[in-house]
Amino acid sequence: MGARVLLALGLAALVAVPPLLPKYALEVLISILFFGYLGACWNILGGYGGQFSFGHAAFFGIGAYTSTLLLLHWNVSPWLGMLAGGALATAFGLFAGYLSFRYGLRGPYFSLVTLAFAEMLRVVAVNWKAVGSSLGLVVPNRGSAPAMFLFAEKLPYYYVIFVMALGAVWITRVIERSRMGYALAAVRENEDAAEAAGVDALSTKLRAMAASSFLTALGGTFYAQYFAYIDPSLTFGPAISIGGLLPAIVGGAGTVAGPLLGSFVLTPISEVTRALLRGRAGADIMLYGLILILVISFLPNGLVGWLRSRRPGAERAA
Amino acid sequence: MSGTGLEIRGLTKRFGGLVAVNRFDLAVAPGEIVGLIGPNGAGKTTVFHLVAGFHGPSEGLIHFDGVSLVGLKPHAICRHGLARTFQLVQPFAGLTTLENVMVGAFNRVGDVAKARVRAAEIVDFVGLGPRRDTPARHLTLADRKRLEVARGLATEPRLLLLDEVMSGLNPTEIEAIIGLIRRIHSRGVSLLIIEHVMRAILALSHRLVVLHHGEKIAEGPPAAVARDPRVIEAYLGEAVEETR
Repeated sequence: MGARVLLALGLAALVAVPPLLPKYALEVLISILFFGYLGACWNILGGYGGQFSFGHAAFFGIGAYTSTLLLLHWNVSPWLGMLAGGALATAFGLFAGYLSFRYGLRGPYFSLVTLAFAEMLRVVAVNWKAVGSSLGLVVPNRGSAPAMFLFAEKLPYYYVIFVMALGAVWITRVIERSRMGYALAAVRENEDAAEAAGVDALSTKLRAMAASSFLTALGGTFYAQYFAYIDPSLTFGPAISIGGLLPAIVGGAGTVAGPLLGSFVLTPISEVTRALLRGRAGADIMLYGLILILVISFLPNGLVGWLRSRRPGAERAA
Repeated sequence: MSGTGLEIRGLTKRFGGLVAVNRFDLAVAPGEIVGLIGPNGAGKTTVFHLVAGFHGPSEGLIHFDGVSLVGLKPHAICRHGLARTFQLVQPFAGLTTLENVMVGAFNRVGDVAKARVRAAEIVDFVGLGPRRDTPARHLTLADRKRLEVARGLATEPRLLLLDEVMSGLNPTEIEAIIGLIRRIHSRGVSLLIIEHVMRAILALSHRLVVLHHGEKIAEGPPAAVARDPRVIEAYLGEAVEETR
């Protein structure tokens, strides 16, 4: 009951407070929700299915590039372009997933292959003139054009990513409580036993991959529209892959609220360290790495797991 | 559909130069309890892996109720009505007892609420009722063995393969599992059982099959097989002494 009230209050604050915030605070909040969203997308395959992708930037980049190219060449609204990007990313996800899962790549091998796929796309984008090569693409500024996913202010972008994050969390919740959620958990815990209990591990993983890659691609379009500029390393680079998996792992992989919670903790830390360590390139990344090591060592089930284990009588926590 | 049971003919599995199972024949009729015994490394578990689709056979036929299982994936074989347990228990450690069994129940029931009811029934049936909401990682070995059986049973098999569900248990726990196996059988499930606990396998089986170095060396009523000199020579000697 208390949790419900708290949740309602938190949501109300997230709707009501942003218009009152100064620009910088609003940008940080957008960042929090953006990485929380990416975390929630990653969580479907990585957290619930236990398939740790290190290459979700592949889907993110496909989303960003598809909607932007459709906009630049055919003046297609990114609202539609993002669906096209989602479809392409899903196709790529199924292709990469099928190759990996069909040939039994598990654990770190799967992680490495996904990393390689993302890097491959990055290199392709760097060398492909038609998609702007390493110079990237600029989304033309036409002032405020809501139908074209363009806003003059930050605030509308905030509400867009707010709705996207909420949507991703809601989808996660629906999956968790469905037959699919049980199948995913079974595959994560023990793939052989899952198969023996009648779970089609390959199709379960591919379905999670499809959902995860589609949603991640939508995040790519948001990024392109919000920053009005994309290039290969910003969109296909490891920073995006890590930006998704880190909040999910820190918050609690395989939990509904974990990725958002993780991002609410991590993103401000990252902002602060980046400001404090300005000029020392890579220092903030090292600090990030340190946090990840500490979390995995001391909070193997993330913040959500830790909170649950502190709740009296919560045996499920472990 | 139902009728012919399990039929294995000329089953051979080679791992490189090692012949783990050699031209093995076995039939399990509907309603039957067959014991599969043999010394360590005889190939018993390999036979289970082959039947349940975890390995592909090098040669031979495996039919279950008229359908060839060769080339099918484990989940497809499970859906066809043939479930197995693992010798080394393989629970979904992070899920509760009930959730573990629900995974199996989803084979026949799509709806979450119905699967929960079905799974709860089976959890009670195997005697894990009090442990229903305990994460599997916190269960004792005896309870994990029951969980293996429950998860298999939840898939509603017509034939259940039990791989050493009694190993590591104390005599009281073994008695309880024997009772459980009898109750499973009385639900109309046929059983193929690998077991080293000789007293139990002799009491339960309608028929015993003995595997040695991947080959069948004896088959028949338990009492006759236990007296077979070839079997005693292969490994039963000490175990038979124990039963007296």
